[in-house]
Amino acid sequence: MATVYRQEDCAFATDRDALIEGLREALDDDNLLIDDEAMRPYECDGLSAYRQMPLVVALPSSVEEVQAVLRLCSRLHVPVVARGSGTSLSAGSLPHPQGVLLSLSRFNQILSVDDRRRIAKVQPGVRNLAISEAAAPFGLYYAPDPSSQITCSIGGNVAENAGGVHCLKYGLTVHNVLSVTMLTMDGDLVTLGGESLDSPGYDLMAAITGSEGMLGVIVDVTVKLLPQPPAKEVLLAGFADVETAGNAVAGIIAAGIIPGGLEMMDNPAIRAAEDFVHAGYPVDAAAILICELDGNPDELRDQLEKLCTLLEELGSNDIRVAQTPAEQASFWAGRKAAFPAVGRISPDYYCIDGTIPRKRLAEVLRRMQELSDQYGQRVVNVFHAGDGNLHPLVLYDGNVPGEFERTEELGGKILELCVEVGGTVTGEHGVGMEKINQMCVQFPPAEIEQFHALKAAFDRHGLLNPGKAIPTLSRCAEFGAMHVHHGQLPHPDIPRF
Amino acid sequence: MTASDISQELAARVGDAANAGTPLTIRGAGSKLFYGRRADGETLDLAPHAGIVNYEPTELVLTARAGTPLADLDQALAAEGQRMPFDPPRFQGAGTLGGAIATGLSGPGRPWSGAARDLVLGMRLINGRGEHMRFGGEVMKNVAGYDVSRLMAGALGTLGVLTEISMKVLPRPDEEICLSLDITPTEGFQQTDQWFRGGMPITGSAHDGERLFLRLSGTASSLKAAEQAIGGERLADVAGWWDALRDHEHDFFAQGDQPLWRISLPPLTDASRIDGPRFYDWNGQQLWLRGNRDTSTLQQIAGELGGHAMCFRGGDRSADVFQPPASPVLELHRRLKQAFDPAGVLNPGRLYADL
Repeated sequence: MATVYRQEDCAFATDRDALIEGLREALDDDNLLIDDEAMRPYECDGLSAYRQMPLVVALPSSVEEVQAVLRLCSRLHVPVVARGSGTSLSAGSLPHPQGVLLSLSRFNQILSVDDRRRIAKVQPGVRNLAISEAAAPFGLYYAPDPSSQITCSIGGNVAENAGGVHCLKYGLTVHNVLSVTMLTMDGDLVTLGGESLDSPGYDLMAAITGSEGMLGVIVDVTVKLLPQPPAKEVLLAGFADVETAGNAVAGIIAAGIIPGGLEMMDNPAIRAAEDFVHAGYPVDAAAILICELDGNPDELRDQLEKLCTLLEELGSNDIRVAQTPAEQASFWAGRKAAFPAVGRISPDYYCIDGTIPRKRLAEVLRRMQELSDQYGQRVVNVFHAGDGNLHPLVLYDGNVPGEFERTEELGGKILELCVEVGGTVTGEHGVGMEKINQMCVQFPPAEIEQFHALKAAFDRHGLLNPGKAIPTLSRCAEFGAMHVHHGQLPHPDIPRF
Repeated sequence: MTASDISQELAARVGDAANAGTPLTIRGAGSKLFYGRRADGETLDLAPHAGIVNYEPTELVLTARAGTPLADLDQALAAEGQRMPFDPPRFQGAGTLGGAIATGLSGPGRPWSGAARDLVLGMRLINGRGEHMRFGGEVMKNVAGYDVSRLMAGALGTLGVLTEISMKVLPRPDEEICLSLDITPTEGFQQTDQWFRGGMPITGSAHDGERLFLRLSGTASSLKAAEQAIGGERLADVAGWWDALRDHEHDFFAQGDQPLWRISLPPLTDASRIDGPRFYDWNGQQLWLRGNRDTSTLQQIAGELGGHAMCFRGGDRSADVFQPPASPVLELHRRLKQAFDPAGVLNPGRLYADL
């Protein structure tokens, strides 16, 4: 099991009895869990390799209750970890051993869907897909579609700046959320953003979106709704080698086509998916691209013609345009089932989330293969090719001693490779607890200190989600990946281990 | 094109200013000096810090130093069949990338193609301690650390001196047409949203008080179909009309020296209770007004309509020109200013009096 919290992250002197007594005043009887058995489901999120029991679980059902919990915890100096549906893949909602796990799952109401103005206002525990379902009768939808959209909550989406398969054209959560109401750790209720296209002053929506529960607790979210595209086309292109497929992605974009979705799978991923859902994928292709075009029918016809010619020129030896909605769905089915499909061929797998400049894809895939050989763990690749977001899946068996640790180390090396080629350690899953050491590789100390200063502007005493997202400099020193600038170690005053 | 990296000098000057407590006013081309409150201080000139650092058309990313003229970027992008989707204004034909992002101003395409902040992928900036730092990057998806780059968009240089910006760029459309229709603003904007919902490739919708002007961008066949459905008169000089709106060169903006006000509104808002000559952009979500007005009255009305108002150009620049946020939000502003610029030397007072 991974050692997660560091000693410095656990310097709180929480008196559990006093905390429980205060929470009993702040919350309805049904809204507080203190027994181990009842709290067990909250000990991990979507990254189940990391587990930690909280001191207590609070399940408030009103803004007033959330406010009372935060004020109490501020007064008693107790950490608070907010949690939506608990689908984080980076242990973003891993409980703190000295703190309150604050579940927003009871905030599950869609407050309004304004058809005319294409805006929906929802509580943070509402599921991502539920927004699109509520908007569907009006011909509208909410664009970001992370793969967990059936389960994941919009509050968690804002906290993680969630992506999905349609980001290149329709943007991330930050591009699709207009406003949030949130509580600061002091218990102040603030509204950020608004229904107009901009707000006076600093763009605090940019600061909050993707802040991983470190700055405030969101109690409602206002999102922009988009018209469902009148038409779409889905095509599948097979390639004899991965590099040609990677270059084809660049070629499509160079030709001025911005697909609604552009996904790539390598051969092991194709085989696993095909065995699982029988999508009709070419199992001997080295890589496939799945490309979705959407828009108005006239535009689509022009684009599809151009794209098919282009893909042939770019070296695809197998181009299939889905002829029916059922065939479109089956082209997507394999991609969408890629993770469970990999789950069938390996007892466990570890999903990684780096982003790279697309032009470095062939090199990154080759070097990942070398790392895979070196560590003796197989790697399967699915890739949001349009926006350079890689999801290598490292296969392992958690019952074999040492395999998880080896996998975790291999994952870290892959992320460091992403940074080396000009990318980032996380495209859409967040840093959480999982990638906190790799943050030391991506950011020098000045940036890390600036991040801490930004957090302190919202949360003076560092009570919200402590120990996550931004590493302490002493963690970085111990991790041994501090940037060395002009041969001098920064911050020589910090003790080294 | 001038191309040089003076970031070390700039960082040293900011560091010295912080030590001495000397306020700095950050300046690019000086084309938007009229915008925001009057700020006094020693000029920190970013214009020499210019040049495109990296442009990868197939990655849809361009990185340039802050002093790079927008005109140079327009030219470099056009050569590759691409553009900046947020249409940054080039007042008097001038303006730099740094100024465009620091002011966060976006042109007519904003409701459909995104704002300045939406296209920012990463940046380098000098904080108020003179530390030169890098946030975000050159990739489309990046959630490592807080989104400091987007926070800088529109902060008017009060949190950092922007030195280098990476932004998402997009292909230029095959063709563009402009249709003008005789229809009232209220009906026109509602109708335009219906056309958009029907899949029409709308990328601009403005009303000059007389007529509605629509810009449509796409392939030849989609534009032909859209024109048949929408009707109206076709304008010959499409780029001319929309560039004049983007750069405030239509008569409404250019004539006279009366203050220019900007009101930002929720979609399809009835703004008829605000009187006087007006020009609507962003399908009615950006309303421009001329004349002497009482700031607080206008801001109150804008607030009641769910938006906000500012004195964009002219008027009293020593008073507040932007609508003040609610007090707990303003307190967050103060603490953020303290976090990035503890000595208060970066464009002090340009955004709000005490920031």
